Amino acid sequence: MEKQDIATIRAIIARGKRWDVIFAIVGILFLAVGLLTVLALVTNMALEGAGRLSLDFFTSFPSRRAAQAGILSAWVGSLLVMIVTAFAAVPIGVAAGVYLEEYAKRNWVTDIIEINISNLAGVPSIVYGLLALGIFVYQFGLGQSILTAGLTLALLILPIVIVSTREAIRAIPGLIREGSMALGATKWQTCRYHILPYSLPGIMTGVIIGMARAIGETAPIITIGALTFIAFLPPIPGVDPGAGPFDWLTSPFTVMPIQIFNWTSRPEAAFQENAGAAGLILVGMTLAMNGLAIWLRYRLRRNLKW
Amino acid sequence: MTANAPLATRTSNRLAHNPMRHWGERLIEGALFCCAALSVLTTLGIVYILVKESIVFFSQVSIVDFLTDTQWTPLFDDAHYGIMVLISGTLVSSTVALCVAIPMGTVIAIYLSEFATPRVREMAKPILELLGGIPTIVFGYFALLVVTPLLQKVFPELPGFSLLSAGLVMGIMIIPYVASLSEDAMRAVPMHLREGGYAMGSTRLQCSLKVVVPAAFSGLAAAYILGISRAVGETMILAVAAGMQPNLTFNPMEPAATITSFIVQVALGDLPHGSIGYQTIFAAGLTLMLITLFFNIVGIWLRRKYRENY
Amino acid sequence: MQNQHPHPLKAEARNLSFYYGGEVKALKGISMPIYEHQVTALIGPSGCGKSTFLRCFNRMHDLYPGNRYEGEIAFLPDNTNLLGADVDPIEVRMRIGMVFQKPNPFPKSIYENVAYGLRVRGERNRRMLDDKVEHALKGAALWEEVKDRLNDLAFNLSGGQQQRLCIARALATDPELLLFDEPTSALDPIATASIEELVHELKKRVSILIVTHNMQQAARVSDHTAYMYLGDLIEFGKTDDIFIKPKDKRTEDYITGRMG
Repeated sequence: MEKQDIATIRAIIARGKRWDVIFAIVGILFLAVGLLTVLALVTNMALEGAGRLSLDFFTSFPSRRAAQAGILSAWVGSLLVMIVTAFAAVPIGVAAGVYLEEYAKRNWVTDIIEINISNLAGVPSIVYGLLALGIFVYQFGLGQSILTAGLTLALLILPIVIVSTREAIRAIPGLIREGSMALGATKWQTCRYHILPYSLPGIMTGVIIGMARAIGETAPIITIGALTFIAFLPPIPGVDPGAGPFDWLTSPFTVMPIQIFNWTSRPEAAFQENAGAAGLILVGMTLAMNGLAIWLRYRLRRNLKW
Repeated sequence: MTANAPLATRTSNRLAHNPMRHWGERLIEGALFCCAALSVLTTLGIVYILVKESIVFFSQVSIVDFLTDTQWTPLFDDAHYGIMVLISGTLVSSTVALCVAIPMGTVIAIYLSEFATPRVREMAKPILELLGGIPTIVFGYFALLVVTPLLQKVFPELPGFSLLSAGLVMGIMIIPYVASLSEDAMRAVPMHLREGGYAMGSTRLQCSLKVVVPAAFSGLAAAYILGISRAVGETMILAVAAGMQPNLTFNPMEPAATITSFIVQVALGDLPHGSIGYQTIFAAGLTLMLITLFFNIVGIWLRRKYRENY
Repeated sequence: MQNQHPHPLKAEARNLSFYYGGEVKALKGISMPIYEHQVTALIGPSGCGKSTFLRCFNRMHDLYPGNRYEGEIAFLPDNTNLLGADVDPIEVRMRIGMVFQKPNPFPKSIYENVAYGLRVRGERNRRMLDDKVEHALKGAALWEEVKDRLNDLAFNLSGGQQQRLCIARALATDPELLLFDEPTSALDPIATASIEELVHELKKRVSILIVTHNMQQAARVSDHTAYMYLGDLIEFGKTDDIFIKPKDKRTEDYITGRMG
C-alpha cells in the first residue's frame, strides 16, 4: 500500500480549506440577505410614508380621500384588543405554567396537556380565527367584537406565555422551594410568595413577546369579522356620554394590521403612502416591544444571581 | 410544664390536620389545573367546529367532487368546490418558500454553529430575531410593492400578483425559524463526536457536513417541519401579493389563491351564518388542518427514526 | 539527544509545556522519547496531565481557543516540530491517529466509518476503498463480526465493537503514530481484554502512545511507561523497570497504591 506523498496531502488539505472559506462567505452572505430585507423594508416604508407621519395622521379616521385618512380607529382598536388579550392570556397562561411546573404529576393527563400545548403552537393563526368565528362569535354569541378578538389572540399567544412561565420557574433553584416548605408553607404559599415574584421578570419577557406577536396578527381578526373601514371609535366609558363601562367590548372595531391591509390593497399610490406610514408605526411598535423584552431579559440576568 | 406532667394524649392544635387549609389548597390546584387543561379544550374546540361545519358542508357537496373538481367557485351561482385548486396554490407558494428557507436557513445554522466566532454569533442573533418579529402584513406590503416590481425587471412578463413574489418573501420570513432550531440542534451535538472527525484530519466544513449535520438530523427534521407548517399556514403575504383569484396552476409566475387566502377573502365579504359560503371556509380550514397534521406526523416519525444516538 | 535504545525514535517531546486558556500551566517542561513500534504508556493519578500531554501530539488543543504550547515535539523521520506555528494541524492529524475514551463512531454505516479517513484524503476508487476497509477491520479484529453487515449503522454495534471500529477507522489511513486516550475505561472486562490484545498486535504496524488510569493495564500492554504527577514527568523507563524497581520514591508510592 503506497503512502501518499506529503505534496499530495498538502494539496488536498489546501483544497478542503478553500471550501471552508467559500462556505463561510456564503454563510455571511445569507445572513446579509436577512439584514438587507429588514433594511429594505423599513427604508421603503420610511420613504413612502414618512411624509404622512403627523399628529393628524394619528388623530384622523380613515377616509376615502387618502390625504385625510388616519389611523385613529386602528390604533385605538389595537390598544383595546391588546388590553383584552393581556387580561385573558396572562392569568390563564401563568396559572397553566405554574400548574405544569409545580403541581402536575408525570401521568398521561399531564402528557396530553403538554402535547396539546406544543401542538397548538404550530396551528396556523387563521384556524384560530375559524375557531373564534364558530364558537365565540356564534355559539357563545359574543359577536364580532373587541372581546372576541381579544380572546382569540389570547388563545393564540397562550402557548408562548405558558412556555416562558415554565422556563422562568425552572430557573429557580429547588433550594428556594425547599427552604419555604421547610418553614411550613403550603405549596400555594410558596408559589405566591416565592415562585411567582422571582419568575416575574421572565414571565413578563414572555408576555411582551407574545403581545408583540398578537399586535401584528391580521388573519384571525379578519376572520372573526373585524371591518376594514371603521370611521368611529368604540364607546369609551367616561369619554362618550351614555357609554357603559363594558360597552366597548362589544363594539365593532378595526386594528392596525387590517388598516394596513386595506390601504395596501388600494391601487392609488396615495393610499400606499398611508400604508407605508402605518406599517412603519406597526413595525416600530413591534420592535419596541421586542426590544423591551430583550432588555428585560438582560436586566434579569444581571440582577437575579442564585 | 413540669418534668413529670403527662404527655399530651392528642396532638396539639397547631399540628392537627387543617381541613380548611387542605381544601383551600385543593381548590387552588383545581383552578390551576383548569387553566392548564384549557389547551386541551382549545384543541377539542378546533376539531369540533371544523368537523361540525364540514359535516353540514359535505351533506351538500359530495366528497368526490370536493377532491376532484378542477374549479373553485363557491360563491357563484354555478358553484364548484374543487379543493385541488386551492391546494395547488398552497403547494406552489410553499415550495417556493421552502426552496429559499431550507437551504439558506441550514447554511446559516451551520455557519453560526460551526464557523462563526462568538462575536459574530452575538450580532447575528438580533438580526434573525428582528426578521422573525416583523408582522406578516408588513411582509405582504413588501412583497407587493417592492419585490414584485424588482422581479418584473428580471421577468417582464410577471403579473402584478404572483405566487413567486409571495413565496420568496415567505421564504425569507421563515428563515429565522429554520435557522434557530437547526442551530440549536447542531450545538447540542457533543464535542467528542466532532473531535473524532477532526482527529481524522477533516477540515471544518468536512466535519460539519459529515459528522455534525447527520448527528443533528432529528433536530433538523423538526426545524424543517416547523418551516413547512409556517409556509402552509401563512395567510397575509399571500392575500396581499398573490392575488385572491382561485387558479389551478403549478406555475409560480401566476396569481392564485391558497386555502388560507381564500378564507380571508370570504371573511372580508358578507357571510351569512349558516350559508354554504360560511360552511365552505370551515371545510377549507379542515383541509388545512389535515395537511398540517400530516406533516406533524411525518415529523414525529422522522424524529423517532433518527433519534440522537449519543 | 543520544539514543541508546535498540529501537529507533519515532517522536520526542522536548521541554514541552502547555497552558490552558493561556494561563493555567498543565504541563511543566516534559521531555520524553516515543520509540518506534513500541507501546508507551502514560500513567498517573487523575489530573496529572497525561491526557493533556497526549492531545498535544495531534494538536487537539487547537480546537479550543486560548490554549498555548511551549517547547516542541519532534516527529521523525523528517524531524518536524508538530507544535510549530507553520505546521498545519490538519496535516498532523493525517499522520497521527487517535482513539478516544468513549467510542465515537460517526452516524454512518460501518463501511463509511472506516472509509472516512480515506475519503478525506481524496481516495475515490471503490476497489481501493474496499481493500483498505477490509484490511483495517482485520487489523482491528472486527472483520469476521461485521463483514456481512458493512452497511449497517455503526451505532448498532456493542460498546466493545464500536471501540474496535474506531480503531479500524484510525488504522485505515496507515498512521505513523496511534494515540489511545483511556480506550477501555468505558468498556466491560471482556471487551477490555480484546482491546489490550489488539494493542499488542498493532505495535508491529504502528507506534503507540496510550494513556491509562489502570496501572495493571499499563503493565500488561506497554514496553515503556511514563509516570506523571501534577503536570510533571516524574519517571520514564522500561515498563519492567518502572514496575519492579522504580527509581523515584513518588513512582513507587503510586505503583504500590500508597498514593493516587
